[in-house]
Amino acid sequence: MLNEKVWIVIPAYNEQENIFGVIKSLQEMTENIVVINDASKDRTKEIVKSLGVFYIEHMINRGQGAALQTGTDFALSQGAEIIVHFDADGQMLAKDIYRIIAPIINNEAEIVFGSRFLDKKSQIPWTKKYLILKPAILFNWLFTGIKLSDAHNGFRALSQKAAKDMRILQDGMAHATEILDQVRANDLNYCEIPVEIIYQQYGQRFSSGFKIIRDLILAKIIRK
Amino acid sequence: MNLQIIQILLVIFIIFAIAKVALRYKDKIISLQEFLLWTVFWFMVGFVVLLPETTSLVANLVGVGRGVDLVIYISVLILFYLAFRILVRLDKIEKDITKIVRNVALDKDKNKK
Repeated sequence: MLNEKVWIVIPAYNEQENIFGVIKSLQEMTENIVVINDASKDRTKEIVKSLGVFYIEHMINRGQGAALQTGTDFALSQGAEIIVHFDADGQMLAKDIYRIIAPIINNEAEIVFGSRFLDKKSQIPWTKKYLILKPAILFNWLFTGIKLSDAHNGFRALSQKAAKDMRILQDGMAHATEILDQVRANDLNYCEIPVEIIYQQYGQRFSSGFKIIRDLILAKIIRK
Repeated sequence: MNLQIIQILLVIFIIFAIAKVALRYKDKIISLQEFLLWTVFWFMVGFVVLLPETTSLVANLVGVGRGVDLVIYISVLILFYLAFRILVRLDKIEKDITKIVRNVALDKDKNKK
């Protein structure tokens, strides 16, 4: 079981296929699970509500970044000391949570990123690896100055301090890069640990990569 | 003065535009300041449409060959600027919507299990 100060935040948008199994596997570890239903059009709401976890609903779709921030705010309001961002699509393994929070418990880091590339367990399709992830890793490095071994992997753990210092303003998928930017801006200690990702579907499409880059550049121009 | 068809069409459009601005002002949708700004703007456009040679004078003064070219350069600049302003505004509105949606979501007592 996880410590009661650990909270799992799960943004969900049209996840009726996988969310039942995801929540079930997490419920074996903790009761502190909050799902942010980002105005799903499918049966996500009924499924989540039937499982007896904390349920928050965006009345209109605002994107994964927005949902994560809402969930993080809620977890902080419940006194969370460690917050884990977890995907609803069944690609992550609940047991990896123990490892991803360990550096925070041991005061080695304020924020921990899961990485598919630190060991060989994840079977990453080569097109995804070389056409999407590798360029994304390079882009993140150039854009934020932080070099990680993986990119846009939604699996991460935040200490309470990190969660309070950071504020996700990128409502869409660009939040993953924005978080790196804020890690540097707030001078947070970070580290990576290997996690296993199970591929069920393709996930991020190539076109969404362009949208992420557009959002990030726009934000740089527009915001102070 | 011999008017070309394009000039007549543009003048009709300008009259239409000024009428629209005046109506907006009458209905108190825009302020007096905005009303004056737009009226002056459309009068200037009308001036340039009816006396296109005048733009050549200004153009030569700043080193652009033809008056029409100068008008287009300035128009493009203004349009880019306006597009940027709209983008900034849109970004702010998006952020505000997210804030509202989040506050409503977190406010609800339904967040209980």
